[in-house]
Amino acid sequence: MERYIFYIVAVIMIVFAIAAVNSRKMMRSVIYLLFVLMGVAGIFFLIDYNFLAAIQLTVYAGGIIVLMIFSVLLVHHIELEMAIAKTSKRILTAIASLIGIGVFLSTIYSYNFNVVENTKTTTTAEIGEKLLNYGEGGFVLPFEVISVLLLAVMIGAIVIAKGNKLTDKNEETS
Amino acid sequence: MNISLGITKTIHDWLFSVMPEGLASITEMVLIAAVYLAVFAVFGLYLVLLERKVAAWFQLRMGPNRVGFKGLLQTLADALKLVSKELTGTEKADKFLYNLAPYFVIISALMALAVFPFTQEFQAFDINIGIFFLIAISSIGVIGILLGGWSSNNKFALIGAMRSGVQTISYELSIGLSLLTMVLITGSLQLSEIVEVQKNGWLIVQGHIPAIIAFMIYMIAGTAETNRAPFDMVEAESELGAGFHTEYSGMKFAYFFLAEFINMFIISAIATTVFFGAWLSPFGITESIPWLGVFWFLGKVFVIVFLMMWFRWTFPRLRIDQLLTLEWKYLLPINLVNIVVMAFIVWQNLIIQL
Repeated sequence: MERYIFYIVAVIMIVFAIAAVNSRKMMRSVIYLLFVLMGVAGIFFLIDYNFLAAIQLTVYAGGIIVLMIFSVLLVHHIELEMAIAKTSKRILTAIASLIGIGVFLSTIYSYNFNVVENTKTTTTAEIGEKLLNYGEGGFVLPFEVISVLLLAVMIGAIVIAKGNKLTDKNEETS
Repeated sequence: MNISLGITKTIHDWLFSVMPEGLASITEMVLIAAVYLAVFAVFGLYLVLLERKVAAWFQLRMGPNRVGFKGLLQTLADALKLVSKELTGTEKADKFLYNLAPYFVIISALMALAVFPFTQEFQAFDINIGIFFLIAISSIGVIGILLGGWSSNNKFALIGAMRSGVQTISYELSIGLSLLTMVLITGSLQLSEIVEVQKNGWLIVQGHIPAIIAFMIYMIAGTAETNRAPFDMVEAESELGAGFHTEYSGMKFAYFFLAEFINMFIISAIATTVFFGAWLSPFGITESIPWLGVFWFLGKVFVIVFLMMWFRWTFPRLRIDQLLTLEWKYLLPINLVNIVVMAFIVWQNLIIQL
């Protein structure tokens, strides 16, 4: 049964991925993309990797897509449609995409995948321990690097958003 | 005396005896989904009636009292009326997204219902990341509101949708963090294991002071997450018409309306499960009769639902800047400190065990 569910989810993902790039209405593209991301979450659920599936839903569906919808709400009017690209450009993009697909497919088919007999679901506790493990195979360094990066991004966003206001106020008080 | 278990087990055995295994499990899933759908649709309608009765009680009125005994059939009649109503829409709306939006809201609300443990055996889907799954699902519902507001091509709806987005994204953080505080005690995200931990006392007792703070933050954030008063800038009647669902009518409006009440039930059910021991009876007085658990569960849920209705008819509406100040300047810092306090308490084993 799992095989059929996989095929159904895969077809849904492919159809909506094509729809996302073909739609001329920006908001519809975003929603088609949302369905693709949900399909990815569905595949994670299918292989019993529940934690990653929930992360996929919170971060991509709940975070990135909402952010995209917000930016569309701010800049896009409901009647606007996106321009159709020039034919030469479309052909060029098609060739580039085909080359990309070729590279991926050749890599996937040349690799010999092992079939795992007994699947075991990963618990959240295991992920947490790995993330804070500084020994062999631990991920504490990338974890810390990412947190410093996120902090820098947040401070940068505040500085950009405040802009002139930040400097003006400092001059007044000093 | 396992009545609920008895019925489901009989049906389960019968299904697997008449069909091949794959087909039987699919049929079983469909049956469970249909039962949940029917039960909670009616349940949502009665929550609407309860809301109106509570409102009437707070305002010294009678409330609905014509249809059926003491108005008990009022909301069922309203639902029939809504089904038969014409579906209208704006001329220049994005029809596809306009029709899609209500389903986002209602489906994400119904999906969350699957994981609640009504009694020990009566739980449709015991996933090992329970609470996290609930948070993930609730973050999808807001997309429906944003879409509905944008695609109806109406200024008021758009403003309502924007406010809703800002509000939900902000308060989701508080919900997650206050639940995380409690997860520190349980050490598991799975809802059945969280209930198991609470056999030595409900978590609000076990975690004493930080747990009570976490519960208060959770209730404030939960009320905001469901877009109810005093956090109902999303559909503030006096300024925005009806907010994001201004242009919806008939059944599509009913979906939004029902989803709001089911979300209220979900917020209360999460609070019941995490803080008040789900189906466990107080001091284990009915431990020998497991099927009574569902009454305890619903009883606790209704107490919290009543609390949320009490908020609604007591507090005046906040302004949008006050709302964001409350979240980012007060609730979030308190929450972060609270997590550290809770971690210290769990580390030093200062938990109260009954």
